[in-house]
This record gives sequence, structure tokens and C-alpha cells, in this order.
Amino acid sequence: MSSKEEAKERIINWMKEQKKSKHYFNDICKAVPEINMREAKKLINELVSEGRLRYWTSGSTTMYMLPGVDDVEKEEKGMV
Amino acid sequence: MALKHKTPMLDELMKGPWPSFVTDIKRVAERKPQCDDILGLMELSYKDREGHWKHGGIVGVFGYGGGVIGRYCDRPDLFPNVAHFHTMRVNQPASKFYKTDVLRKLCDIWEEKGSGLFNFHGSTGDIILLGTTTDQLEAIFYELTHELGMDLGGSGSNMRTPEGCVGRARCEWSCLDTQDIVYDITMRYQDELHRPAFPYKFKFKVSGCPNDCVAAIARADCSIIGTWRDKIRIDQEAVRAYVGGELVPHGGADGPEKRPLDIQAEVIDKCPTKCMEWDGKNLKIWDEDCVRCMHCINIMPRALRPGEDVGATILVGSKAPILEGAQLSSVIIPFMKMEPPYEEFHEFVGKMWDWWMEHGKNRERLGELIQRLGMREFLRATDVKPDPRMVNTPRYNPYIFYDPDDVPGGWSRDPKAYRERHQP
Ligand code: HEM
Ligand code: SF4
Ligand code: SF4
Repeated sequence: MSSKEEAKERIINWMKEQKKSKHYFNDICKAVPEINMREAKKLINELVSEGRLRYWTSGSTTMYMLPGVDDVEKEEKGMV
Repeated sequence: MALKHKTPMLDELMKGPWPSFVTDIKRVAERKPQCDDILGLMELSYKDREGHWKHGGIVGVFGYGGGVIGRYCDRPDLFPNVAHFHTMRVNQPASKFYKTDVLRKLCDIWEEKGSGLFNFHGSTGDIILLGTTTDQLEAIFYELTHELGMDLGGSGSNMRTPEGCVGRARCEWSCLDTQDIVYDITMRYQDELHRPAFPYKFKFKVSGCPNDCVAAIARADCSIIGTWRDKIRIDQEAVRAYVGGELVPHGGADGPEKRPLDIQAEVIDKCPTKCMEWDGKNLKIWDEDCVRCMHCINIMPRALRPGEDVGATILVGSKAPILEGAQLSSVIIPFMKMEPPYEEFHEFVGKMWDWWMEHGKNRERLGELIQRLGMREFLRATDVKPDPRMVNTPRYNPYIFYDPDDVPGGWSRDPKAYRERHQP
């Protein structure tokens, strides 16, 4: 596994370990402390494009969460 | 068609001579059941004195973290047509210039795929499409981008859609090409606009002159305000014409009648730095003391004009109250030429964002971070030299701290040796 893929893996694992489901960008960066924020942003963007992370937004702030297969459906039914 | 919901309280807002959003929405409700429900829901909120909207969601278009704001109502049992009522932000063209065929097409898209309600424009500057369902989001996005060449704007923790005043397109006072600057920022920072990774929102606003028609100084994390560094251009003949009552003062803003201008009371005495003098024949301005407030130019536009060596003052940090109280932007770069490709400006932006991303807490605006860590830290991070023009009231605050690096010769300090000479 390339170091980039390894770092992405670490981000996903960090997300899985957390109690809360939604996380700020700043906090996710703590999963890969050796990487500067601009680089970390690229990794997180890739994870979003690959469907391994997804955005949640209040409209004023944005957070990141792990996707579930039926997220949108659940949200629409008011289950989350 | 009779509307489903009775709205006696909202109906009060239809009275009076002014425009009413209730009247507008009722008109659309004739053909759009979601607009009927939205009125019913609002009436319920007025009755309960509580909001009935849930905050936020995961819905969006693929690859974008902003531009769509998920909105769900918490009484879908009563108002099923607004169970999902997502907002979309559309990036408005610089200075809001449209062709009518674009507006018509936009209306067609939204009539078919959304509630038919717009907000021209939201306080962010974007065109706001109010209310659609998840399954329509990608289709609307496709038509916006492919048929209108329009994009979604910013929302969430990203750079928001930049905004500028009408500038040189219509205003003789503009010291900047505001459209070009807005366009340049929009295109250069596409990633920051669409993929949120900042601690919180970040706004750029551009005003062509210190009249600041987009209120950049109060509403933007980075305010770009046009100014000049040479002299105000004076047409003495026209000054005398104002005084002689041959012209309408204030460009007609306080009445369309010609009247003799009381230049002493209306201009000279109101100059904030008292840098003007009128001897009955000629107007003299000590430009080195002029703070470019625009007052004299606003009163006598035919006689006075901004100088010709134009550029921008860059200010940073304004915001509305959330964590801290409201704040205005502070001057960081008193003058910058601001000509394409704006490299000097973008270099500054890069350093500013790096510092904020590194040190900003979640939901902390740049202005609040500067308040927390100090302007000194911010200037250091952005390689900007402190300048008296950054200080509101010089000598007001006597506590001045120096770094050995900032003082010729510097100094060094040995705390241990100090303690040998001074008992604690
Ligand atoms: C160049 C040398 C000094 C400087 C720059 C200096 C600076 C200051 C400053 C800035 C304060 C105000 C602190 C505040 O109100 O928050 C202060 C208070 C004070 N300083 Fe100094 N100081 C100096 C020397 C001295 C010396 C030599 C003494 C006495 C031997 C002294 C006695 C005091 C006293 C009594 C106060 C008032 C404390 C109070 O109001 O609670 N200072 N000084
Ligand atoms: S800010 Fe100045 S340049 Fe822009 S429209 Fe207003 S008066 Fe004109
Ligand atoms: S622009 Fe303002 S500060 Fe400058 S001369 Fe006119 S009134 Fe005075």
C-alpha cells in the first residue's frame, strides 16, 4: 500500500474509532498528524470522491461522516 | 383554487402599501402545493413561536461539499409537500449582471424542478433557489452547468461566493475592476469554493471605492476596497459652480433642486481630518492628511474625483456576532495596486489561509482568531510589516512591545545573570 493509501486508511480507521458520527475537518487531520493540512485536504477530498467519506452540512458549517448505504433514505425519513 | 391552510396571522402581513412575501407566495401556491404547505407551516410557527425546520443534512451534488443545504420540516405529517425542502445556492455573475434569457431559463428550470420561489439575492450574494427534493438536485445542477454555464455557490466551511459592487461597469468612482477581481477569485479558488476544509466560512467582498456599497468592511473576512494614493482631482470651475448654485449638490441625493452649496458647513467642516480649505475662490486639499472618506466627492461629484493612481486597501476580519460580537475588518495592506494577475494579493491570501487553517478552532472566523492570538501573530504569519495606518487611534494605547529583531542592534537578555543582580 502506498503511503498515501495508508494515510487514507488511517483516516477511515480513526473515523470508525470515534463515538460521534460527524467530525470537523480540523479534528480528522489529527488522524494523520505528520501531514500538513493542505495535503490532508487532498486525501479527504479523494475519500469523498471515492464515496468512503461524505459531507454533512448545516448550511453554515461542514462536517464529515462515514457513509452508510441508506443514509439519504434514513435522513429523508427523519431517522437520523 | 382555494388554499388548503388558513393563515390569519400571515395575512396581516399582506396589508399595507409595501410588497409582501405572503402575497407573493400565495400567488405561487395556486399552482405549487409546496408553497401552500410552506404558508401553513409558517402560520404554525407563528402560533407555536417555534421554528419547524430541522438543521442541515448530507444531501448535495456529487463532488461538491457546498451549494446545497438540506432542509427538512419536522411536521411532515401535517405538511407533506415540504417534508424535504432543500435550498440551492447559485453563484451569481459578478456584480449581478444578467441577460433576461438567462433569467427566463433559470425560472423554467426552477418552475419544473423546484418550488418556483427564488430569493434574488441572498445576503451571501447568491441566487437562492428555495425548496426542492433530493431527487431533483443532480438534474438541476446538470441544467445549470450545461445549459446556463452557471455553477453552485458556496455554503458550509468553505470560501463563499465572492461578491463585488457594480464598479467600473456603471460607477465613475470605482478605483478597481471589481468584476474582474470577483471572477479571478472565483475561478482561482474553485477547490476552496466547492470542497470545504476551512475552520468555518470565509468571505471575500470587493468595493470599488471607500463608499463600500457591498459593505465589505462589515461583511467580509477579507475586504478589498478601492482607493487612490495620489491627489483628489479638483475642477475649481465646478467647485465655484456648486457654491454659486448652478449645480445640484450631492448628485441630487438630498433633493433634485439647484441651490447654492454651503461649502464651509456641508463640506469643509465635515471633512473628518479637517484637511480642506476654501478661500472663497479656490478649494485646497492637503491630500497627505486625507483619509479617503469620499464625503467631499459625494457632495460635489462634478467638481471632485478620486485620484488616478488607484488600487485597493486590503482589510481582514469582519464578521457578524456568533462566538464573539460583531467586528469590522482591520487594515492589513494600506495600498496594493491590484492589477491582473493579482499575484501579490494571492500570495497574501495563501499565507492568511495557511495560518487560519493551522491555528483556527472549529467554527472560529479569521477575525476571531486574530482577536485570540493577536494581530502581531497574524502580521508575522503573513509577512506584513506593521504600519501606523493599521492603528485606529495612534497613541491611544501606550503598551508597545518590541521584538529584539525589530530594533536596530536588538538586545539579548540573560535571566540567570539578572537574578544574580536582583533578588526576587
Ligand atoms: C521603566 C520602568 C517601568 C515601567 C516601564 C513600568 C511600567 C508599569 C506599568 C505599565 C504599570 C501599569 C500596570 C497596570 O496598571 O496594569 C505599572 C504599574 C506600577 N508600577 Fe511600574 N514600571 C516601571 C518601573 C517601576 C518602578 C521602578 C517602580 C517602583 C519602584 C514601579 C512601581 C509601580 C507601581 C506601584 C505600579 C502600580 C501598581 C498598581 O496600580 O497596582 N514601576 N508600571
Ligand atoms: S463602492 Fe464606490 S465604486 Fe462601488 S458602486 Fe459604490 S460608489 Fe461606486
Ligand atoms: S475624502 Fe474625506 S478626508 Fe479626504 S478631503 Fe474629502 S472629506 Fe476630507
